[in-house]
Amino acid sequence: MAQADTKAKSRPISPHLQIWRWGPAMFVSILHRVTGDGMAFVGLGVLLWWLYAVAAGPIAYDSFAAHAGAWYGKVVLIGLTWAFFNHMASGLRHFVLDMGAGFELKNNNLWSILTPLFALAATVTVWTVILLK
Amino acid sequence: MGNGTSIGRVRGLGSARHGAQHWLVQRYTAIGNLVAGLFLLFSLVGLGDYTQKGLHEWLHQPLPATMVGLFVVSSFWHARLGLQVLVEDYVHDDGNKFACMALLNILAFAGAAFGLLCVVRIALGA
Repeated sequence: MAQADTKAKSRPISPHLQIWRWGPAMFVSILHRVTGDGMAFVGLGVLLWWLYAVAAGPIAYDSFAAHAGAWYGKVVLIGLTWAFFNHMASGLRHFVLDMGAGFELKNNNLWSILTPLFALAATVTVWTVILLK
Repeated sequence: MGNGTSIGRVRGLGSARHGAQHWLVQRYTAIGNLVAGLFLLFSLVGLGDYTQKGLHEWLHQPLPATMVGLFVVSSFWHARLGLQVLVEDYVHDDGNKFACMALLNILAFAGAAFGLLCVVRIALGA
């Protein structure tokens, strides 16, 4: 009976941020939610403001451009670019996982690590091109 | 959560049996975002001219206007589905959940309508 008790205690427990051992897949999953909800709250707002400014005319657009061109505006725009690429990469990873592929531990860890690295590289590339133009 | 019995479903506590639809549409709109979002991103990077005049001339053309219009629909739909999951995960009180979902639906439709109107105005305006 004592042996059974020890076994019962070491059974897997539900995932939780504080007691779950961190792994690449968990990190990518959390980033997917953070970037997705971040883009939903901030990105769609910026998209609407931008479309409104282009539709409304030069005065409205100057006001948008003044904020977008300021340091905090650039932080938001670069952040949104990163969020877009990160969510895109982890979303494509989801498509593969949806087909039932890529669950082997080694493969899963590899693509989990490559996902955020791709997002960083793509963000740096895009903003290098924009800022050098 | 109900146990999926008939009476549980009658009380609104069991499975609504709409989960697969949500899951599928989340993926359909993801494909839409992928195509239209990359179109918008590559177009903007290639455009270089970020003045109101330059952007208006670009978005006045039929193809960019169609793609950005589709991106507005696809992204707001996708965001509405994603935020629904957020609400379901973190808002457990039935009344608050209803309020959040009502607000989310209104904001998603209002935002998409406003974005589409702006695109149509640019596309059809002088």
